[in-house]
Amino acid sequence: MTLAQPAFLFLAAAAGCAFIRNAKLRALLLLAVPCISLLWVALLDSGTHATVQYAGLTLEMMRVDGLSRIFAIIFSIAAGLSALYAWHVRDLMQQIATLAYAGAAIGGVFAGDLLTLFLYWEVTAVASVFLIWARRTHGAFSTGMRYLLIQVLSGVLLLMGLLLHYQDSGSMAFTSMTLGSIGTWCIFIAFGIKCAFPLLHNWLQDSYPAATVTGTVVLSAFTTKMAVYALARGFPGTEILVYIGAVMTLFPIFFAEIENDLRRVLAYSLNNQLGFMVVGVGIGTPLAINGTAAHAFCHILYKALLFMSIGAVLFRTGTSKASELGGLYRTMPKTAIFCLIGAASISAVPLFSGFVSKSLILSAAGKEGYWLIWIALLIASAGVLSHSGIKIPYAAFFAKDCGKRPAEAPRHMLWAMGITASLCVLIGIFPGVLYSLLPNDVPYHPYTFGHILTQLQLLGFALLAFVFVMKTGLHPHEIRAVNVDSDWIYRKFLPKQIKRISPTIGILVSLPGKWLANAVAHSTAQLAKLSEPRGVLARGWSINSMVFILTVVMGLVLIFNFGKV
Amino acid sequence: MNFFDQVPALQIAVPLIGAPVCVLLRNGRAAWAVTQFCSVICTLLSCMLVAATRDGTVIRYELGSWSAPSGIEYYVDIVNASVLLVVSFISAIVCLYAYRGAEKEIQQDKHYLFYTGWLLCITGLLGIVITGDAFNAFVFLEISSLATYLLISLGPDRNSLTAAFRYLIMGSIGASFILIGVGFLFAATGSLNMADISARIPIADSPRTVLVAFSFLTVGLMIKAAIFPLHAWLANAYHYAPVTVTALLSGTATKVSLYLLLRFFFNVFGIQFSFGQMLLNYVLLPAAIAGFVLMSVVALYQSDLRRMLAYSSVAQIGYIVAGICLVSPLGISAGIVHIINHALIKSALFMATGCIVYRLGHAHIQSLGGMAKQMPITTAAFIASGLSLIGVPLTAGFISKFNLIAAMLEQGWWIGAALILASSLMATLYIGRVVEIMIFRKPRTSTGTLEVNEAPMQMLIPLWLLIALSIVFGIFGNETLSIASAGAERLLTGPLAPALVPESAYLSTGAGQ
Repeated sequence: MTLAQPAFLFLAAAAGCAFIRNAKLRALLLLAVPCISLLWVALLDSGTHATVQYAGLTLEMMRVDGLSRIFAIIFSIAAGLSALYAWHVRDLMQQIATLAYAGAAIGGVFAGDLLTLFLYWEVTAVASVFLIWARRTHGAFSTGMRYLLIQVLSGVLLLMGLLLHYQDSGSMAFTSMTLGSIGTWCIFIAFGIKCAFPLLHNWLQDSYPAATVTGTVVLSAFTTKMAVYALARGFPGTEILVYIGAVMTLFPIFFAEIENDLRRVLAYSLNNQLGFMVVGVGIGTPLAINGTAAHAFCHILYKALLFMSIGAVLFRTGTSKASELGGLYRTMPKTAIFCLIGAASISAVPLFSGFVSKSLILSAAGKEGYWLIWIALLIASAGVLSHSGIKIPYAAFFAKDCGKRPAEAPRHMLWAMGITASLCVLIGIFPGVLYSLLPNDVPYHPYTFGHILTQLQLLGFALLAFVFVMKTGLHPHEIRAVNVDSDWIYRKFLPKQIKRISPTIGILVSLPGKWLANAVAHSTAQLAKLSEPRGVLARGWSINSMVFILTVVMGLVLIFNFGKV
Repeated sequence: MNFFDQVPALQIAVPLIGAPVCVLLRNGRAAWAVTQFCSVICTLLSCMLVAATRDGTVIRYELGSWSAPSGIEYYVDIVNASVLLVVSFISAIVCLYAYRGAEKEIQQDKHYLFYTGWLLCITGLLGIVITGDAFNAFVFLEISSLATYLLISLGPDRNSLTAAFRYLIMGSIGASFILIGVGFLFAATGSLNMADISARIPIADSPRTVLVAFSFLTVGLMIKAAIFPLHAWLANAYHYAPVTVTALLSGTATKVSLYLLLRFFFNVFGIQFSFGQMLLNYVLLPAAIAGFVLMSVVALYQSDLRRMLAYSSVAQIGYIVAGICLVSPLGISAGIVHIINHALIKSALFMATGCIVYRLGHAHIQSLGGMAKQMPITTAAFIASGLSLIGVPLTAGFISKFNLIAAMLEQGWWIGAALILASSLMATLYIGRVVEIMIFRKPRTSTGTLEVNEAPMQMLIPLWLLIALSIVFGIFGNETLSIASAGAERLLTGPLAPALVPESAYLSTGAGQ
């Protein structure tokens, strides 16, 4: 079978799942498929396989090289670990969605042409939304709908872009592109939406914390990293990405600091970590691309670990709000330790995985002379330490005792966290294994005196600052509140400011807007009125009116026909 | 005499003979068996025709050995062979479904009449497609229309009678327009054979007569194909007819009229004639676009599932017409592919609706809560075919929409492509709204606990057969696409026969006598 590929294994298993009555058996399948896929990917030969003809185009369903291989490997690992973590889940919908979602993500990174990429792009969107809907609450449903709408929008943009690109270049191949035409911009923005570029990011913080305990772990691994892969493949060395990435690393810090829901804090920090990868893509040198791939690899592991540990807390206590948690280390010591390992990894403490991958990107930035960016990344690193490295474990497991005495996480969750945690540590201590998987052959040594010293100083000062603000009471209290994000700017802030500055200018500015809004509202209302079952367009027309319209059409046809003679 | 040579005649003869047999049997079950048998035979015959014409061969069959142009000729090439296959296949599948599907909706003692009407309708539809004679096409059109009025009026609702009557009026107007068109053509060219007409149009004495003929034919076929704004008969007809009939008609009747439109536009009048006009840009294309945008909106607001699907049909016909209006190989083949795919998709959707109506007795969207629990297989079928209607990748609908958008972009019609995407978004909404109610809404229990069982297997199996086929066509889209592009090529070759040399030229060279 030349067509066979790991993605099909997942999709076939997802379809087969529907026919397995025994939920335990399904959970076993969920675990077995990623393991087989991992072996399969590891044994794949490089090159292009599975070329098919579809809709008159030649599609390369399977392109194996260093970049796609490392993403497929980490996706398989992530799928396996989240399956182990979700061992207790008996919900058929979530199980099918997880398999289809992971399969599509793996299929996407092997796509050798844009149309195949688009197919898998849409499958990830549709499959993943069920992980949100699986909460089965009304709120989760509308969140899921918003998420789906944005994901589908990204897909539609990708489709538009690839069609335009195909018109321009005559090729569907998914290779490095340069921004310039409308087509490539469409593709770029499509990738950007999934990658949660600044101002296109709201869907992430909106939806990830709304999924089920296990669903969030699955969600955190695939969609955004698939987008990072797509950027690394399609737009390496595009300079604008460096700046976009730098902004991405910085702005979520403030939101993460004041956010109360710990899963939402993690969602913001996910955004910030993506920024590092995007910067790597933007720099585009072999070292930087290596850094992006390595960082994606490590990031999936430690972010999954953090989501798992907070998920375990949510699972046991029913809340993930910082204001309602604290002091859980007494009864959940193992979870607390795993959370600390995840926190150390994301903060890039030496001997943990984050350190060996983040150094690659920082070194690449330094080497290419992006000093401002380098400084921005350093500041961002300090921020990461503060909100993910310290705040997450501190708020949940230490801090003020909340009085809750939940049981330790279930055994399968502990196993899943344990394996993930040991992977984080192993990569930190023996980075050589990870580096051997990287797409480009660039020698690199993370454990130089300079790197370690810089990082330790950074960590030390950040820690000092945290202790200082905690002791002096400057740190904002964890309060039950909903924070507003950038969407608030265009919803509330701007209209209000304009009104405040000057009533006259306000009226001048807002009147056309008001007219426009009124016109839009009015015309949609009119259209709705026409379209209702009793409306003009929809009710059964009388024969008189049908014949009248017929006469009009006939007249038009005759006029336009005779116009020619 | 070779058996294969007679296949075109058998294609019509089999259902035509089946119809009176049904009347004579006077038994619902037996009539069903006859209908099923005839439909399967027709499907096999049209498979043979598709296989024979696949390489571009043209089969010309002279009925009763009366040679054309005076005799009636059956003209089969890849374009109509594939439409024949669609019509007879849909008939075979829906007939399988009708065994249980029609039992509640239609009075028991009228079943044999129902199947008689069915066979006559199929005879007419197949006849329109296969014939190469313009007047013969009109005759078959009348046969199928009369049978359709009968089928619609058999609906359980009293409204089905008025719906049938309205369709009768509009259909008759359409048919008479077509008849007038054919009459003018005869006046202008002195022939009724399509190939012969196409050869004579360039030398016709009065181009104005040809234009009038063309206009009448266009409008007549627009009515029969339910192209916006002449679609109004369709919603009531689809809504109040027995759902089984709707499933049959939605896959066949309008598609056949679209085929005839294609044939007249491209092969009889010729591209230069039909599309050299402003008609296309100023009448047909705006109608098509307004159709798929407005009707998608209308579908969004409907409260009855059947009516929603009916308006969505009008929208989908808009896509097909828009593809044809492009007059490019890509556009026409996208149109043909969508004729095939939409026939499968919409029939499947109406069959799923039929399963719901079978159990609930109605199809009000708001009271479909809890369907996913009570009728999981039907709900899954509705979702699967709904996804195909939206055009999600790996379904048949995607192949058509992708090609349609590609064809639009090829011509640089950005706005058209964007509107198609917008209308797909609306399709997502109107299908999604129903699916949301089916899955998330609690069942409405006005009469205590309403226990509804899954629809019978005899209805679910044909339904899932259609869905499986639509998925196969989605994954292996090349096959349908290559048939369609072969069809587009045939259509774009222009008139069926080379233009004749004017008689005056004969006279002047002395070759005429």
